[in-house]
Amino acid sequence: MKKTLKKIGVLMCAALVAVASLAGCSSDGGEEKVTLRVYNWGEYIAPGLLEQFEEETGIHVEYDTFNDNESMYAKVKNSGSDSYDIVVPSDYMIKKMIEEDMLAPINYDNVPNIKNLDPSFTNLSYDPEGTYSVPYLWGTVGILYDIDQTGRELTSMKDMFDPAFARKVCMLDSIRDTIGMTLKMQGYSMNDLDPAHIAEVRDILLEQKPNVLAYGTDELPAKVIGGTAAMAMVYSGEGIRAVEEQPENMRFVIPEEGSNLAVDSFVILKTSQNKEAAEQFLNFMLDADVALENAIETGYSTTNAAAREMLPDEIKNDPGRYPSQDVLDKCEIFETLPADNTDYIDAWNQIKAK
Amino acid sequence: MKRAFTAYPYLVWSIIFIIAPLILVLYYGLTVPGPDGGAVFSLENFVKFFTSPIFMAAFWRSIWTAALATIICLLIGYPVAYFLSGTIFKNKNLLLLLLVIPMWMNLLLRTYAWLILLDNGGLINTVLEFFGLGPVEFLYHEYSIVFGMVYNFLPFMILPIHSVLVKMDHSLIEAAQDLGANRTKVFFKITFPMSLPGILSGITMVFMPAVTTFAISDILSGRTIQLMGNLIEDQFLRSDNWNFGSTMSIILMVLILASMVISSRYEKDNQGGGLF
Repeated sequence: MKKTLKKIGVLMCAALVAVASLAGCSSDGGEEKVTLRVYNWGEYIAPGLLEQFEEETGIHVEYDTFNDNESMYAKVKNSGSDSYDIVVPSDYMIKKMIEEDMLAPINYDNVPNIKNLDPSFTNLSYDPEGTYSVPYLWGTVGILYDIDQTGRELTSMKDMFDPAFARKVCMLDSIRDTIGMTLKMQGYSMNDLDPAHIAEVRDILLEQKPNVLAYGTDELPAKVIGGTAAMAMVYSGEGIRAVEEQPENMRFVIPEEGSNLAVDSFVILKTSQNKEAAEQFLNFMLDADVALENAIETGYSTTNAAAREMLPDEIKNDPGRYPSQDVLDKCEIFETLPADNTDYIDAWNQIKAK
Repeated sequence: MKRAFTAYPYLVWSIIFIIAPLILVLYYGLTVPGPDGGAVFSLENFVKFFTSPIFMAAFWRSIWTAALATIICLLIGYPVAYFLSGTIFKNKNLLLLLLVIPMWMNLLLRTYAWLILLDNGGLINTVLEFFGLGPVEFLYHEYSIVFGMVYNFLPFMILPIHSVLVKMDHSLIEAAQDLGANRTKVFFKITFPMSLPGILSGITMVFMPAVTTFAISDILSGRTIQLMGNLIEDQFLRSDNWNFGSTMSIILMVLILASMVISSRYEKDNQGGGLF
């Protein structure tokens, strides 16, 4: 009896393997339906757009999401040629990927909608000619807070370190953002490489740690909305969506010390087998109506001039989404860290491990 | 001959999914990137780990929380297994089923459920606050992680002990009773020693997943407390240092291997109640 069972088990395994390999064959050699693999930030596209793209072009989209640039990079870098076609890194990460020859130049003949791009995003330091990247959305880092719990308006990054809010504070689990914003609070640049300044900021964050309730990224807004935390460092789009969800007591502010200006762009990986389909996707995302939907739904700020024109006034004039020039002047774009810099990661490891 | 043939699929399976990954982990763990992009044999990462107070702190914290969770699981699990194997309950199979059903659900899902229940603005605290007792900060501490481990891995302690107790030869207990031993004496002289194999496999089965977990600590401590699993995850996903991540994996594997060797040395015969 036992032996027969074992045999059946073996047969089933063999059958499974056979079916799996057959399925593999048919999808490779069968009909020529192009599959485009897109790797984007979580909650970073308006719902329904992917389906619309599939309907319009007949291209099938496989869509995955990530939480931070570093984990995206680790995955893409290590998956070799069997990787994504399109990813959406931020500025400093794009520069790193260009330097490591991971990206393919974009053929703009296939992307006529590039005309909609705001000219102020066509000359960015990390990719001055736009050879490899098409800006998608931009945003800042700010503080989302529950005004009922804080009892006052928050304006400064220093409020995150106020002992009065002990165990009510959530910080971003992101090396560059958290260290960078604290550098900014101390009056330094977010791209400061001076080991003494990084050590100073490390000590501030170490001292703050017992008062921090949680570190995180996407899950933090829910903690503020749910009342678990009084305030959290968040990306602007997340903060703005939280305010839209619960306008009575949710507030989002860009700290007066300034912030990070993060521009996320579409890039096509060098390993992509579907470059033309990828360019079709970029063209679709640059369409004014599509960009408008993304600008409204994600809470982030659009790089699409045509879409920005069409935005309703309350969004167009929202200081969280489109801050005034004074605020923007105080913001900085991240620069890529030198490859041999370990000060940031060492400081971060110490903070997280305490 | 026939037997050998039926073993091939498993052999292929284990080469692809067990042996090859192990070799890769050993390869990455024992090398560092060389100057020309190749790999150079080096124990540098082991030195880095054992000389760093940060990493050692996480190492000891992992062992401490996993050990504590294992002890609590044993203290809760043994009586449960004991009574389930006895004659007190009528619907023993139903009770066992109730114990196993939560395991059909994904560990992440079960752990997130506690987040909703125990969070500062969560369900339980809302009730406590209503009675003027709260809020209590259940989460975001080391004990929250231990709680999550106990909750998730308790069945792994109960089931092996239960299966040993059920299979136990009851004539031995009757003999002891006939010879005048009271219930306490019967338990400590007969039942407990005979259930040791189950206890030992329960301990390994709880300690192993507990010492390597990263999801439970991530969710229940709000990423404020790092265990070995979190450090390894970080090295692979964020720091992009596969070599150091593999080194830490090797250290963890040695730890688990050691705990298995210790427990198998005590397991004299084959009646140990494995889960499978």
